[in-house]
Amino acid sequence: MLFTILLGLFSAILLIPFGSRLKSKWSILLPLIPTGIFAYYLGFIPKIASGASFVQHIEWVPTLGVNFDFRLDGLSMLFMLLITGIGTGIFFYARTYLKGHPYFDRFFGYLFLFMTAMMGLVLSDNMLLLFIFWELTSISSFFLIGFNNDNKDSRKSAMTAMTITGMGGFFLLAGLVLLGNVAGTYQISELIEYKDRIINSDFYPLILLFIFLGAFTKSAQFPFHFWLPGAMKAPTPVSAYLHSATMVKAGIYLLARFFPALGGTDLWSYPLMIVGGFTMLYAAIHSLFRIDLKSILAYTTISALGILVFLLGVGSREAIIAAAVFILVHALYKATLFLVTGIIDHETGTRDITKLAGLRKVLMPVAIAGILAALSSAGLPGTFGFIGKDLIYEATLHSKENLMLILTILAVITNTCLVAAGFMAGWKPFAGELPREYSQLHLPYKSMWIPPLILGTLGLLFGLFPSFIGKWMSLATANSIFGAETDLKLAIWHGSFNTVLILSLVTLGLGILLYIFNKPSEKKVSFLEKFQSISSQSILTRYSNDIIRFSTWYTGKFHNGYLRSYHLKIILFAEGLLIYKLWMSGPIQIDFDNLTPLTIYEVAVVVILLGALLIVVSTPSRLTAVVSMSVIGYCICLMYVFYSAPDLAMTQFTIDTLSTVLFVLVLYKLPGFLNLASAKQQYRDIVVALGFGAILSIIALKVLYEPIQTQTSDFYGENAYILAKGKNVVNLILADFRGIDTMFETVVLGIAALGVYSLLKLRLKSSEKE
Amino acid sequence: MELLLVAVLGLLYAAGVYLILRRSMVKLLLGIMLLGNGTNILIFLLGSITKGKPPVIDADHNVFQDIYADPIPQALILTAIVISFALTAFAIVLLKRVYALVNSDDLDDLNTPEEEDI
Amino acid sequence: MRSIILQTATRYLLPILLLFSFFLLLRGHYYPGGGFVGGLVASIAFVLHSFANGTEATMKILKRKPLSLIPIGLGISATSVVLPTFFGLPPMTGLWWEEKIPVIGMIGSALFFDLGVYLVVVGVVLTILFTISLTKD
Repeated sequence: MLFTILLGLFSAILLIPFGSRLKSKWSILLPLIPTGIFAYYLGFIPKIASGASFVQHIEWVPTLGVNFDFRLDGLSMLFMLLITGIGTGIFFYARTYLKGHPYFDRFFGYLFLFMTAMMGLVLSDNMLLLFIFWELTSISSFFLIGFNNDNKDSRKSAMTAMTITGMGGFFLLAGLVLLGNVAGTYQISELIEYKDRIINSDFYPLILLFIFLGAFTKSAQFPFHFWLPGAMKAPTPVSAYLHSATMVKAGIYLLARFFPALGGTDLWSYPLMIVGGFTMLYAAIHSLFRIDLKSILAYTTISALGILVFLLGVGSREAIIAAAVFILVHALYKATLFLVTGIIDHETGTRDITKLAGLRKVLMPVAIAGILAALSSAGLPGTFGFIGKDLIYEATLHSKENLMLILTILAVITNTCLVAAGFMAGWKPFAGELPREYSQLHLPYKSMWIPPLILGTLGLLFGLFPSFIGKWMSLATANSIFGAETDLKLAIWHGSFNTVLILSLVTLGLGILLYIFNKPSEKKVSFLEKFQSISSQSILTRYSNDIIRFSTWYTGKFHNGYLRSYHLKIILFAEGLLIYKLWMSGPIQIDFDNLTPLTIYEVAVVVILLGALLIVVSTPSRLTAVVSMSVIGYCICLMYVFYSAPDLAMTQFTIDTLSTVLFVLVLYKLPGFLNLASAKQQYRDIVVALGFGAILSIIALKVLYEPIQTQTSDFYGENAYILAKGKNVVNLILADFRGIDTMFETVVLGIAALGVYSLLKLRLKSSEKE
Repeated sequence: MELLLVAVLGLLYAAGVYLILRRSMVKLLLGIMLLGNGTNILIFLLGSITKGKPPVIDADHNVFQDIYADPIPQALILTAIVISFALTAFAIVLLKRVYALVNSDDLDDLNTPEEEDI
Repeated sequence: MRSIILQTATRYLLPILLLFSFFLLLRGHYYPGGGFVGGLVASIAFVLHSFANGTEATMKILKRKPLSLIPIGLGISATSVVLPTFFGLPPMTGLWWEEKIPVIGMIGSALFFDLGVYLVVVGVVLTILFTISLTKD
């Protein structure tokens, strides 16, 4: 499993050096990679269908619980096949769609990166690994949405998507870490064993909140849904791939993946039902007011994601079965519709459905694909969508007594709107009279229309032979979401006229009526725009503008680029903290009896040192400052002599001599200091500096009063001769007890010398000299 | 007397802080050196302070017969002194290079590059 | 800055200072001194010589670039760190020559470690100072 992920990653990396060569005929190699991975995973189907799962474990950071753990079960299998299968279609499609684009190679690089991230996400069995891939999908999606980076809207949408999904990512990380700590493991497949501990933990509500926020932002649930319509600025293959079939389902995947370990409680169910239910209704109604094909599809996608969240919230056996099937249903028809939209946009140059009609006459195979998808999305008997819809009603009808009615009504309304919207996107452009301006259209190259046709046909085939897909795929998916046997059996006809069938037919009928009577127009779009100011998007935009204003002010104030101003702020802050701490820690005490006697030499040395310090601080001459520095050094050296540190004194003396030589060698030629600061600034700095010195002195006084811990020193003192056969303890510590440290210190010295050497030997280029 | 060391430490810190608040690069460097010296003395004060009792065992004995100065701060400071020399040397050569490039010792000239430099 | 007095003096000072630095190195185990101080004193000896006679003259005495002393010194230190592992002991264990040698006292691997430090320090200081003084701008 790891090698498939690495394959995707290496393909992305290899496109950097070889990308430009792949623009021509060799670009056929690109789609072959997802095709190969798809074929590889198809081979797992029989074993997965029989209930097996595959694991791969590679240690990475075992101490932190971060490992490359991969696991392939029914759920990840479904997603893997969607990612690579639809990916194959998308790659073929995009190769033609973007032919001749100057950033063709870059686009495929991003696409490979995304595919890799997505595969990693669904295969990870380690929560932190999952998070890493989760973030990678956000990043690659950011690049793909902003692919037309000379377009301002495109950049803005990319930023919005990144902000929303990135924010969700933070919450997800918090949730996962909490969950990992509560459960004591980061392995997802082990979580279920600790279910009781997790659910009864005090952190359970918090874990759920964080994970839900992660899932809602990624899967565009209200009120975070608005990034998804914006993300439609991306090239159409990207919309089809990321923003309908795979990436936006990552949130669904996350919820489904954690359902066995976290689900089944009221805290799990109600938030998901409320958010999912509201989102599906809100977005479905919204989609009817749109006239841009992509925008309609975006809102129906949000609605479908809402349905999935809602089903996972209901959480009954029927609901999980419905979710497992609906993921596949939706991916098939929605990707088809997007690809069809892409062709229409590519050929006619517009996505406005009020202008499009009768295209079946010129784009027949595309029309077939679009209409098949529209029918599947409408849930016409005989399509896969019909089965999906049946299962949804089955789920709502089998929910708790008191909720049954309201949930079913909610589902019917949503589905009715979705039927109408599906027809608007998949039927309307092809029906009716062909406008004259489009009569000269040609069918695009076949690699563009074959992928949607295949996907559309699959929707029909799966609908006609549901038991086949049920047995080989959906059963395993449902079982691994539910965490137990679900006995899923798909059939085209349950043998009786029950409520479910009636509901399906009512939905279909109402939806068609709605389609006929709802005439899309500019007016409706502008009607919606009146409510723009109370939408969550504009509220968030307002807040984000405030944040930007604040950070501009903050940056101007605190990050002004002047080193001394940074120093001043850091020192003032440290002073504040230290003063508070010292204030709290009580009065200063000095134990005069324990002090060493005062001698006249010391006083003399300190007086000299003070004088030298004053000169260093105030002199306008560089050379004087350097000489005074050396005086200070020698004074300190004498202090070491007084206080029984002969080694230190010798070292300080020699180093000081050499430093002075160094300064004189370099600074000899530089001009004198200029007095650049105003008197006011200087007084301020003097106060700050003296304050800092005083605080440090007080700390030192407090230290003096504290009893000294001498175990370590005694150890060295007592064992100096016994263990190291030496008598100068300081040198023994350096050369023997802590020899490795000294060894590395000499390495540091060597590095410094090399740095100096190369800095000086590096010749200035003639251009730099001027 | 330790109080003298405490006073010296405070003054070294004060002078160091004052110098790193200046605009001149050389003063910045001198300030860092002073702060380093101040820190050395602070570390020195953390151990037990004695006079005339270096941490060296008598020639005639194999263990200490009397109290002795704390060797650990001394070992730490010795390392710090040598490393600070390497730091000073590197910084000063960097300063020389910067001076050769922008012909100024003023830190502010480093953040406002002229337009053709960007 | 050429002074006959200084030149004459350094002719004798250089070997004496070097001898002194070696003395500091060897006695480091028993009395104040050691690799760092020894190395610093030795570098001061060379720096003094270069002040009196010019850096080129000092480089001639050294015969090789001071930079090459750094790897040699590091190598000696590292050897004395690793050597005990060949005798089945943990790294950095002190190995000692059984018999006492006059003047120096006992010889052990710690001395070689200090010798390595000494060479690195000389190499580092001289590299820095000589590179600076030889660079013309």
